[in-house]
Amino acid sequence: MLSRTADHLFWMSRYMERAENTARMLNVSYETSLLPQSAAAVQAGWEGILSISELLPSYQVLHGEVKPKGVMEFMVRDADNPSSIIACLQAARENARAVRGTLTTEVWETQNQTWLEVNRMLRSGAFERDPGQFFEWVKFRSHLSRGVTVGTMLMDEALHFMRLGTFLERADNTARLVDVKFHAMSNDYFGMPLNGQEGDAEYDFYHWSAILRSVSGFEVYRKVYRDVIRPERVAELLILRPDMPRSLHASLNEVVANLQLVSAHPGSDTLRQAGKLRAELAYGRIDEILATGLHAYLTQFLDRINALGGAISREFLLPQTA
Amino acid sequence: MRRFDEMYAHLPEGTDTGVVREHYEAYAGWLAAQDPQSLGARREEAEVIFRNVGITFAVYGDKDENGAGTERLIPFDLIPRIIPAHEWKSMEAGLVQRVTALNRFIHDIYHDQEILQAGVIPREQIERNAQFRPEMLGVEVPHQIYSHISGIDIVRAPDENGQGEYYVLEDNLRVPSGVSYMLEDRKMMMRLFPELFSQHRVAPVAHYPDLLLETLRASSPATTAEPTVVVLTPGMYNSAYFEHAFLAQQMGVELVEGQDLFVKDQFVYMRTTRGPKRVDVIYRRVDDDFLDPEVFRPTSTLGCAGLMEAYKAGHVAICNAVGTGVADDKSIYPYVPDMIGFYLGEKPILKNVPTYQCRKPEDLQYTLAHLKDLVVKEVHGAGGYGMLVGPAANQAEIEQFRAALLAHPDGYIAQPTLSLSSCPTFVDSGIAPRHIDLRPFVLSGRTVQMVPGGLTRVALKEGSLVVNSSQGGGTKDTWILQN
Repeated sequence: MLSRTADHLFWMSRYMERAENTARMLNVSYETSLLPQSAAAVQAGWEGILSISELLPSYQVLHGEVKPKGVMEFMVRDADNPSSIIACLQAARENARAVRGTLTTEVWETQNQTWLEVNRMLRSGAFERDPGQFFEWVKFRSHLSRGVTVGTMLMDEALHFMRLGTFLERADNTARLVDVKFHAMSNDYFGMPLNGQEGDAEYDFYHWSAILRSVSGFEVYRKVYRDVIRPERVAELLILRPDMPRSLHASLNEVVANLQLVSAHPGSDTLRQAGKLRAELAYGRIDEILATGLHAYLTQFLDRINALGGAISREFLLPQTA
Repeated sequence: MRRFDEMYAHLPEGTDTGVVREHYEAYAGWLAAQDPQSLGARREEAEVIFRNVGITFAVYGDKDENGAGTERLIPFDLIPRIIPAHEWKSMEAGLVQRVTALNRFIHDIYHDQEILQAGVIPREQIERNAQFRPEMLGVEVPHQIYSHISGIDIVRAPDENGQGEYYVLEDNLRVPSGVSYMLEDRKMMMRLFPELFSQHRVAPVAHYPDLLLETLRASSPATTAEPTVVVLTPGMYNSAYFEHAFLAQQMGVELVEGQDLFVKDQFVYMRTTRGPKRVDVIYRRVDDDFLDPEVFRPTSTLGCAGLMEAYKAGHVAICNAVGTGVADDKSIYPYVPDMIGFYLGEKPILKNVPTYQCRKPEDLQYTLAHLKDLVVKEVHGAGGYGMLVGPAANQAEIEQFRAALLAHPDGYIAQPTLSLSSCPTFVDSGIAPRHIDLRPFVLSGRTVQMVPGGLTRVALKEGSLVVNSSQGGGTKDTWILQN
């Protein structure tokens, strides 16, 4: 397959996944903001959204003070913000259009319809009328996009590169989410007790359950742990559980599997990097990770995901052969 | 002015229901039974499908309602253009003859130039032609075929007895486009009105991509049994990108851009996820000028450096060949009937439109004296640009062309304003006649073949004779009825 084609397929999936994750995070913040809580907590929540995507500085240049409406606008309809839903859906659709001949008709039409419809919804004010419903819609378009891909594409390289993009992006997004949300609770959460005051326990429950719901993990948590919500278990679920579909470990399993399918050489360094990262997740323990510091761990993880993306690009997508 | 309508021998007027031609009778009966509202609903349905499927073309410098792109739909008309079997049979024979002669001509021009030696065509007409590529002199191409895909524009106009007569208006031998609309229009008609296809024996067209692939594979220079064919596109912002992607997908070959190709030791390769892969046949949808920055326009990023060397070495086929433009120029058009006589010893089956060559003083004089009756065209113009339609022009436009003609008589030809045939068309005000043309796509490989019919374009503006999609034209499904 053409390297350029693989590149478009890879990025098409990445952008679709990113749109979904942006919608998930915004939805949780939107729902959380409806709960009674201190102004400082609300503020921290919206700032968190921006820090996840490292967008706080560029937001402040444009809009100044962090306000819910401003953040929503910025993260939904600002086409110049590369992480906004509209920008992601456009990039996904443009990448799809560049290789529409490689996609099945159903995959292409799904992408194209998503793009046409999101424009209609933003024009008609449907988003402002019911943000929650809009975020749900984005999530479902992403589900549909993945489903139609797996359900109709020939199981060859094209599909493998698309899956690779999806799971690399998901690993990145989940890591950012965990990092920022844990960070928001405390600058050094696991070094000091969170509560100690009456009334905080209730807020904690909503905070942690919101994180879980943003990755569709609330019911999963209950099912897996049959326990009240404890932060270290939330971290374990989202980082180490191989059966939690949005965890780092599960994402890396898919990344490695798809890389193996497209690698022509068993000695590929890209594959080695991915395999090593996966192995650390497979044999890691949450108490060890917390002992070294969650933030440091996740920062390093994000660097390695970033490096892995670069290696995939160099080996498959933009080879400098002549 | 005499008129000719494809469906009616006499157009309906007021209470008069008109007289329907025999080959349209069954369709007219069906149409009369439809209520306009349901037709309107069908048209909207078609529009939604075309947009969702992304069957769009790009217009340079325009923004769509999302402000995000430049994609527009080509309006699709619900009423088919129907051609009876016997008319198609003779048109098909005429097309084979014409394209065969044109290919012989191009080969001759780049080799012995017999037609120039014989004085049939003045030498300066070729050598001063910007489309003449000296780089191609003496280059051998497989089967001596240059124009593998030819789009021949045909119009119909009434003769003195009011009978419709077909004329070739233009030969398109470089990168003719529009075939995807022919295929999609048929798909749409079958989806919207399946019952019509059980009532009519309409010759199918869906095998076009098969014939195209067969033609391209036959053009392969390599001895390999499985030549690698690719479609070369300028990219997704090109107006015909949908068609490039569509044809590549239908043929199951790679759609490549210039950046995907490279030349090493006079062979062409594409960059793949598994390393370089040899390319044997390039169906290029990029103009000559952009093919190879080492030979043509040095700033082009749409082509591939070294391509011409690989081509001349016989290591890759380029379809259509480089330099075909020398034969489809409007200044060469008047000589095509002579080519048919010269190379094939036959009489032309398809007529040319009488043409005044403004480079000849007597033709120029006639043209200047009759500007308001004539159509004046730039020799190198395309897409309905650079053209004066005398009867529809105002005084200022006429004077502008007069000045241009006097300054550069070589750059223009003139033709009588043909009363293009009309076909009933579903427009905002209801069903009304609109002018149409026809572009069949002729494939030359081991043999010369085509699918029955072609792309019918329709000028949607009342009275307009300009059918180009870039100028607000639409398309219709074209039915060749089988006996």
